[in-house]
Amino acid sequence: MCTMISMQTAVSGSGKGSAGWFPISQANVGFDHATHTQAEHALLLDFVNPTLGAGARVAIEMDLASGRALVAQLQATINEAEKSGFNE
Amino acid sequence: MWNSFNTASPQGISASVTTIAGGNGDQIHAYVARPEGSGPFPGIVAVHHLPGWDEFYQEFARRLANHGYLVICPDLYCRDGHGTPDDIAAKIRADGGVADDRVLADCTAAAQWLKSQPGSNGKVGIIGTCSGGRHSLMVASRSSDFDAVADLWGGGVVAPKESLTPKQPVAPVDMTRDLKAPLLGLFGNDDQRPTPAEVDTHEAELKKHGKDYEFHRYDGAGHGFFYYDRPLYRQQQAMDGWGKVLDFFKKHLGGK
Repeated sequence: MCTMISMQTAVSGSGKGSAGWFPISQANVGFDHATHTQAEHALLLDFVNPTLGAGARVAIEMDLASGRALVAQLQATINEAEKSGFNE
Repeated sequence: MWNSFNTASPQGISASVTTIAGGNGDQIHAYVARPEGSGPFPGIVAVHHLPGWDEFYQEFARRLANHGYLVICPDLYCRDGHGTPDDIAAKIRADGGVADDRVLADCTAAAQWLKSQPGSNGKVGIIGTCSGGRHSLMVASRSSDFDAVADLWGGGVVAPKESLTPKQPVAPVDMTRDLKAPLLGLFGNDDQRPTPAEVDTHEAELKKHGKDYEFHRYDGAGHGFFYYDRPLYRQQQAMDGWGKVLDFFKKHLGGK
């Protein structure tokens, strides 16, 4: 199905794509057709920089369980960093 | 029927990429597959799916050409940048898809292009899968350029009001009264978009308005069961479905 479930958030950082490192400015999160994962649908996580063209993209596909685990570990890591005094 | 040609008189095809004037006169790429010979040939506009103007759709177009149709598959994402099909599709998804009005304009331009070709028999069908199925139905409801329409598992044909957007402001089911061509629908009963219940809703609306349609629903298949490049592929259902597509277009457009 084309779920058209897609959300965006601004991000600041860098990603390594097919042409090397580039600055990323946006994360696109979706749940829709998988391109490579052997599943009908996947959680889609793209780090992009629209000003550099559609190829400026680091793409990840994963199942929902992986996504939940990733979110939990991201949050745990952020919590640890903040507890250590890192807030930027 | 697939694989039913006579070996004494095989017919080849040619394929190429051309540029046509799409909606607003914008120059857009289109993949064209045409049978050898002088015709007359019916035409088909192939409307690619959300994953983009991709290699599957090139092969899809060539299969239809193998069966006697002059086929054009416009790149509906051509204005949105270039790169690999999956990179462009990712951009389009993040942008909320393409506007129905733009798709309508590009598809009607493609139909006019087909009718202008030497060897055209004057008839044109439209077919699409996934978002292309929805687009095909939307276009055949708003344009009189088409003599037959095939919607293969189009998601969002039936859509709650809260899911409508400025780009897709009307659910195609609500255009049923205006549908101007006979409709073929193929669906997998395990699909989640459209669900069997949504297909029921669409079918009830077609009946209500007395439309010419045929729906075929497949057990053991979900979404995209023609997609041999994905795990969605279901061989038996896909081959039966291809038979339904070819029979439908032969009936309404001519061809072989």
